[in-house]
Amino acid sequence: MSLIDLSGVQKWYGEYHALRGIDLQIAAGEFFSLLGPSGCGKTTLLRTIAGFEGIDAGTLRIDGLDMRGVTPDRRPTNMVFQSYAIFPHLTVAQNVAYGLRRTADGREEKARRVGEALEMVGLGGYGGRRPHELSGGQRQRVALARALVLRPKVLLLDEPLSALDRKMRETMQSELRRLQRQVGITFILVTHDQEEALIMSDRVAVMFEGAIAQVASPQALYSRPADRRVADFLGAMNFLPAEVRDGRVEIAGLGACEVEPEQVIGAGGMAEAGMRPEAMTMLDVQPGEGLREAAGTIADRAYYGDMTYYMVELPGVPGHVTVSMKNRPGSAVLDVGAPARIGWDPRAVLLFPA
Amino acid sequence: MGHGETSKGWALIAPPALYALALLALPLGAVVVLSFFTQDFLTLDTTPTLENYRIVLTDPGFAGQLPRTLLVRSVTIAGLVTVCTVLLAYPVAYYVSFHVAPERKSLWLFLITIPFWTSYLVRVFLWKVILNFDGVVNRTLLNLGWIDEPIRAFLYSPAAVVITLTHAFAPFAILPIFVALEKIDRPLLEASRDLGEGTLRTFARVTLPLSMPGVVAAVLIVFIPTIGDYVTPRLVGGPDGLMIANLIQSQFGRLSNAPMGATLAVIAMASVGLISLLFVLATRRWTR
Repeated sequence: MSLIDLSGVQKWYGEYHALRGIDLQIAAGEFFSLLGPSGCGKTTLLRTIAGFEGIDAGTLRIDGLDMRGVTPDRRPTNMVFQSYAIFPHLTVAQNVAYGLRRTADGREEKARRVGEALEMVGLGGYGGRRPHELSGGQRQRVALARALVLRPKVLLLDEPLSALDRKMRETMQSELRRLQRQVGITFILVTHDQEEALIMSDRVAVMFEGAIAQVASPQALYSRPADRRVADFLGAMNFLPAEVRDGRVEIAGLGACEVEPEQVIGAGGMAEAGMRPEAMTMLDVQPGEGLREAAGTIADRAYYGDMTYYMVELPGVPGHVTVSMKNRPGSAVLDVGAPARIGWDPRAVLLFPA
Repeated sequence: MGHGETSKGWALIAPPALYALALLALPLGAVVVLSFFTQDFLTLDTTPTLENYRIVLTDPGFAGQLPRTLLVRSVTIAGLVTVCTVLLAYPVAYYVSFHVAPERKSLWLFLITIPFWTSYLVRVFLWKVILNFDGVVNRTLLNLGWIDEPIRAFLYSPAAVVITLTHAFAPFAILPIFVALEKIDRPLLEASRDLGEGTLRTFARVTLPLSMPGVVAAVLIVFIPTIGDYVTPRLVGGPDGLMIANLIQSQFGRLSNAPMGATLAVIAMASVGLISLLFVLATRRWTR
């Protein structure tokens, strides 16, 4: 049985339809992410699970219990807020002990639990500090400790890493993952950062406009997106006009090839072919075996240090396709305006209905 | 560069600083100096002495007892006014901050300040109409049959002073408390709920402590001016409602003993300062 079970959940804000029938099951011990652009309803969904928002239709069960009418203080969930919401008038230890008032533990047991929780998030010895003396990353650790010390069934994280700088964010990503494995609690993370969702999660739900477009493991999401929007949102994807005829696909600018049934996402007929930038190669930089070849012109180039992105114009195709190349020691960097030979693998093509 | 900035800063604050010096510091200094003189019938004896202070603080006779009684009464009345005002102002400020839609908040604040559009005197007289022998309150109670004859104690009593001043100072307490409540991050309240506390506990553990700076400000803003008020006690206080400022006024006026008036003023000022200081120190843990 799943720990969290949403079925047909709807939420309206006046005229605005924020959640349009959410069906979702999350298993105990899972690291689950809600991913989507801003305004897609992912935070609303999280707040619904926490109990801050009521639902207008459908049911929400946590651990088999219907949560209708159950206030946040009585739910087996705890939340790490985007702004961390650390109580400024309390010390770090008092913040962490805040929710322990109602537990039956004695004073010493509480102090021990607080110390343990702070130790777990790497803030041992910080108990006497005041929140304003802490950095953003440390505040977030306090928020984590404050929630985890209550041993909730579910930990809800509302864009917890968005306010941190890049280095700190990467540290916290691996640390959150480690913590989740250590405590075995179900984590539900809301994020608009697709990389973050892919790195951290066991499964990801991609949301658009109040509805879930796809729920899958990170690998499945990336390699076999459910539709064009998911493919476009996760990573980069080149879309080329294509036509399916007698089991063969004619891709504009690249040529014809045969595809397996699992590469076809929607119905046949007029279609669009999608290819990830890394599924293509610049043959002048790195030759590949058994690849199909296409010719074009390099329109632009973006150098990222570890990668170089080539924007290549193909004959008869509006716009350009992007090809990403790993920069290896001694590998060439091609010039803008030069002719380009692209290698591509028919097995990496995805077909979407137009 | 830094030097230029500094002198520019001094130039900018010079006009108000001079103004304050001329109209606040100098008269204050004059009052302090005057308190060390004595009145010798019609002439002012300028030999410095602590005689006035001795009379007010230790003299067992009427000359010492009256100011001491009035001072204690002033502190008591001002304290009562402060407690009543803050207790009544807090719910109003809370309502406007938490339950009024953001776009309507300014309208509410504007309505709260409307009583200031009329003169302070007019408002005191209106309370006379309400509390009088044949005033609104007494008539209502009579008509309801709850009392057989009008209650005289409503007007010309310390209670009347407390009621009138509480009404007059309400906005002064509402505004600082409102500002403190507005500054509370709303996610903090959600966090408290999320961590297992109900609405009442959340108020006691988060909202109230975080609004304490506003409460402390409100207490000082109400307490300090009310202790020196002499119009309201004069008009609605009766003989039992007179306060220290009434005596100070009399000393400078009819009693023609300016040095004694100055001494009482200095002692009243020192009392207010001391009480306020103790209060601020006692509440420091919430206002830091």
